Amino acid sequence: MSILSCPLPRPATDRILLAHGGGGRLTNQLIEDIFLPAFSNPALNGRHDGALLAIGGARLAMTTDTYVVQPLVFPGGTIGDLAVNGTVNDLAMCGAQAIALSAGFVLEEGLAMETLRHVVESMRDAALVADVPIVTGDTKVVDKGKGDGIFINTTGVGVIVAPNTIGPESIRAGDVVLVSGDLGAHGIAILSVRQGLEFEGPVCSDTASLWPAVEALLDAGIEIHCLRDLTRGGLSSALNELASINGFRITLDEALIPVSEIVRGACELLGLDPLYVANEGRFAVFLSEKDADRALTILRSISVSEGATQIGMVYDRDHASQRPGIVTLQSRIGGNRVLDMMSGEQLPRIC
Amino acid sequence: MKFLDEYRDYDSVQRMAQEIRRMTTRPWTIMEVCGGQTYTIVKSGLQELLPSLITLVHGPGCPVCVTPVAMIDRAVATALLPQVILCSFGDMLRVPGSNQSLLDAKSLGADVRIVYSPLDALQLARSNPGREVVFFAVGFETTAPANAMAVWQATREQLSNFSMLVSHVLVPPAMEAVLASPDCQVQAFLAAGHACMVTGYEEYFSISQEFGVPIVVTGFEPLDLLEGVLMLVVQLERGHAGVENQYTRAVQKVGNLKAQARVAEVFKVTDRAWRGIGEIPSSGLRLRDTYRAMDAETKFGLQLEDAEESAECIAGLVLQGLRRPYDCPAFGTRCTPDTPLGAPMVSSEGACAAYFHFGRRKDHVDSLVSLTATSH
Repeated sequence: MSILSCPLPRPATDRILLAHGGGGRLTNQLIEDIFLPAFSNPALNGRHDGALLAIGGARLAMTTDTYVVQPLVFPGGTIGDLAVNGTVNDLAMCGAQAIALSAGFVLEEGLAMETLRHVVESMRDAALVADVPIVTGDTKVVDKGKGDGIFINTTGVGVIVAPNTIGPESIRAGDVVLVSGDLGAHGIAILSVRQGLEFEGPVCSDTASLWPAVEALLDAGIEIHCLRDLTRGGLSSALNELASINGFRITLDEALIPVSEIVRGACELLGLDPLYVANEGRFAVFLSEKDADRALTILRSISVSEGATQIGMVYDRDHASQRPGIVTLQSRIGGNRVLDMMSGEQLPRIC
Repeated sequence: MKFLDEYRDYDSVQRMAQEIRRMTTRPWTIMEVCGGQTYTIVKSGLQELLPSLITLVHGPGCPVCVTPVAMIDRAVATALLPQVILCSFGDMLRVPGSNQSLLDAKSLGADVRIVYSPLDALQLARSNPGREVVFFAVGFETTAPANAMAVWQATREQLSNFSMLVSHVLVPPAMEAVLASPDCQVQAFLAAGHACMVTGYEEYFSISQEFGVPIVVTGFEPLDLLEGVLMLVVQLERGHAGVENQYTRAVQKVGNLKAQARVAEVFKVTDRAWRGIGEIPSSGLRLRDTYRAMDAETKFGLQLEDAEESAECIAGLVLQGLRRPYDCPAFGTRCTPDTPLGAPMVSSEGACAAYFHFGRRKDHVDSLVSLTATSH
């Protein structure tokens, strides 16, 4: 054993790892190295939650998402709820109201019909609440062992209601950052079922359609600069992605970021950081500071965003730093640190 | 949250930091031994609250970081055996061996599972009688009792399909190794509170005396760490070198005697190689001969060559507090959490990963310090 015992450098991974689907750095690498070069076009290159399309006189948004969550049914929802709400929300983040969804199913041989029925009914209910029809679909069945019960893909088309462009390019220095409610509930709800953990109270997924909150802001004439739902990779990965697009510094105040006691407790126990945990019914809003109070009042009057609060600000590019775009966080005790994008999967610590 | 928020309270923390600034007149270098403490320090930006005269250096107390490459290679080789379910704590999975990590093995089809307790692995062994369940037992004194308990329980139940790949290490010999290094700059220790919860801290009196260093058994929250620093500074400024306990809400001088008895029954002290540091005498635990049937190395006849080492990674120096992570030319470029050259870049308790995630890069430190200065 020599004094320095570290392994030789590893080449960049030559196989797909689970972390490539985690929404963090490796997912971004996959998009940048494989998908963008192959498919490059203006609508895709915007890298927004959905593609913005101008067809005739209409301004449309289109998005697609695939759902592979296990377990299929969890506290607060099912894979079906996620499949509807997730796609409706991706459209909402473009300032678009969903007008139609498709649903593609990959079913595993042997799946209980009752489970499928339950999932489909929850999709129907979620679509009713979101007021969007599921207008076309597809079904494939794979051999037992080749799937995981049910995979669902949904694609959505929406009409852009927002008068201005909502997207990363509209973020300005001086903007405030709001979040629509407490973070981390979805990820912890899933984990609690997977790991068989029980907490003092129930942790339910926050899965919900975010359109009512976005619509209320637009109806009130609030000029929204950017919206982002805080799904895989959580708040931290979403803000890092946005900061890096324009090279801004986003600063957050840890004491202002809402996390429920149960989620905080679960994260402490499991060695996870709630700022990286997935949400399915939470989003961040960027807008001018002058609109912040009015926007918060409106958001708090809508049930899906009643816990809305301001958590940070956007500042000009930090020229001293070589890093293109950075998110910093003032900790509860008053120290500052960088809030990084998630690397790999969040893995629990040993002690 | 009760029992946590009190120790992260802004006003209490600021008052404690103020007291440290008042007491400090000379430069002092203090090592926090445990990776969990490093994590809190870097995550909460605690160093910025301390006077510039105090330097915190990060110690070898990250179990993932000090597990030798050869042991990870053994875990990977075991995981790739078709009949095996390999169970491990989560952050062990990404640590690179000489060719592969356990996550790589998983992507090749190995059945690798994350567990939160060795008793979960026991449960897997009970419910999969046709499979071999191997638990990768890594860690310090903190995790040893639960691992000993799992072995003891498996023996009692005659679970012949359960075994352990043991790579346990002990804290005090590592502290002595750091102090014995001719380049040692460490003048005082924040000792690892959770390890002391099991072992107590009687062992530390002789270390403190022999090397003339103050040692304070310290907890893991920001206020704990600042109080620990204050207790050390008071001793250092007065020229004292004694052992004190800051973490009184969890640690007793004699420790947890029942846990110690179970550990002593199942494990015996052995020499062990530490990744980045080398072999330290009497610094680890292995299964006693009575429990040899549960030793995965014997059971699966694992014999692997020692791994090739990289000259570029300075993990050994980082783990001994002789260098900062950003002193490494590969830091943040060739070595990142996605492409780690060394283990400290993997575990969240590893100093390199903590620096990487929380932005303590050379070009960031100045701007973060100025942020903190302007906000107070």
